[in-house]
Amino acid sequence: MLRLQNINKYYNTGTVNEMCLFQDFNLTIEDKQFVSVVGSNGSGKTSMLNIICGSIPLDSGSIFIGGSDITKMPEHKRLSRIGRVYQNPAMGTCPHMTILENMALADNKGRPFHLMPGTNRKRVDHYRELLRTLGLGLEDKLPVKVGVLSGGQRQAMALLMSTMTPIEFLILDEHTAALDPKTAEVIMELTEKIIREKQLTTIMVTHNLRYAVEYGDRLLMMHQGHTVMDKSGSEKQDLTIDQILSQFNKISIECGN
Amino acid sequence: MIILLGVLEEGLVYAIMALGVYITYKILDFPDLSVDGTFPMGAAFTATLILSGVNPVLTLPLSFLLGALAGCVTGLIHVKLKVRDLLSGIIVMTALYSINMRLAGGRANLPIFSKETIFTNSRLTSSLPAEMAPYTVVLILFIIVAVCKILLDLYLKTRSGYLLRAAGDNDTLVTSLAKDKGLVKILGLAIANGFAALAGCVYCQQKEVFEITVGSGTIVIGLANVIIGTQLFKNIPLIKPTTAVIIGSIIYKACVSFAISHGLNASDLNLIIATLFLIILVCSNYVNGNSGKRGKGHAQAAKH
Repeated sequence: MLRLQNINKYYNTGTVNEMCLFQDFNLTIEDKQFVSVVGSNGSGKTSMLNIICGSIPLDSGSIFIGGSDITKMPEHKRLSRIGRVYQNPAMGTCPHMTILENMALADNKGRPFHLMPGTNRKRVDHYRELLRTLGLGLEDKLPVKVGVLSGGQRQAMALLMSTMTPIEFLILDEHTAALDPKTAEVIMELTEKIIREKQLTTIMVTHNLRYAVEYGDRLLMMHQGHTVMDKSGSEKQDLTIDQILSQFNKISIECGN
Repeated sequence: MIILLGVLEEGLVYAIMALGVYITYKILDFPDLSVDGTFPMGAAFTATLILSGVNPVLTLPLSFLLGALAGCVTGLIHVKLKVRDLLSGIIVMTALYSINMRLAGGRANLPIFSKETIFTNSRLTSSLPAEMAPYTVVLILFIIVAVCKILLDLYLKTRSGYLLRAAGDNDTLVTSLAKDKGLVKILGLAIANGFAALAGCVYCQQKEVFEITVGSGTIVIGLANVIIGTQLFKNIPLIKPTTAVIIGSIIYKACVSFAISHGLNASDLNLIIATLFLIILVCSNYVNGNSGKRGKGHAQAAKH
């Protein structure tokens, strides 16, 4: 269980541009729940992910995983049980290293990085099998540098790499936003498959309302640092895009747009 | 022939340092000026050690360790105190100037003439045939450089080496792998400055003197070596970047010797070094810029 408790976050504190993003924000996500998060720009979706991962500091509040308080834990330690895929496909892979080297790096997550060989020859077939599940033909391109792959191929690799080792949480930050509709569809199906197979607790931020409706067992809509819609279970299953859109419009009218 | 040997000798000494600069500049993308301090640091330390009767071979690993320590300081200043990369290097470089003087017993130059060095090691020199005598220095240097290069190549293939390469390529991924990217950077700087101090150690033993001024321009020489090597051989996959850097060092030294032998004074050395570096930078920009333009042209042609 992941719990955010009384989160306060201000930007530009002490200047005329001071902006309150979260004021007394609370959120609980049950184990193995797949949560889709939608909301307008600046509503705090990505900030929420950054707060969970520890990429940005909190002003006050606490974060719990299971029963333990991880508020003070540095980002890299938290990420030992979290996999994260970014909007930018370049963030999840090393462009100047080969596909094989990237896979080997990801495979060693959670193990010590000492003077053993970086690539374990015995694991190569396993990497090939994993890459084959992507259906992109990458299994035949192991010695190719990742930098020459397309955005979709890189994002597929990033997704694979972030879920290769045992993790509990998967954080998806608009991970299909930079891809063409066809590739986005493929990546989204792959995401669903991996999440169900590995039973990961997932938070997916997306601007694609259809994905938010079709995938996941809970939907959150965020606006100015608050959740304005929170549907799960059968309520979530009956939800339609039109309902979300009308809620979206309501928020926009309040803002004077 | 004598000129050629001189070029090889100095080129190989600076190649050791260039291997370090390759780590910071090419792999970590960190402009590390502290090598300007760690190169003479290795020299000062070696001169003092040899004068106090330490085995010359032992000065090599000791200098490497001392340089690595200085590299850690640069890294800690950058990572823990959040000082910008360039400034961290400048701070350490400046501080090392005074520390190097102290290491050499408060003197700006410290000769070690007539002391035993790795190049006058009686056992090795006597085992070689007499006609090999002029080549002994180059031979010994070649062995040292080869060992450094092979060790570095092997290291870059380990898990730790993979992480170092990842840190320069995409440090977000290092964090995603649940590793502290700051520690990886410190490790890289330590190895790089270890190589610089090792080069200083070898330099001191070859010239049989430590001078405080030997450090000035080290980073420029290192960068020039790395850029020449990697640019020349970037399209030849058979040649590893480490090999390319070593060949780059020798080419660069040859260019400098050529300039000096054609009428310029030895005191113009730094001017030559800087000018050559500028030419290399402009050339590599031109080569890269041109290919970029060509790429755009292709894209436009494809559209039409």
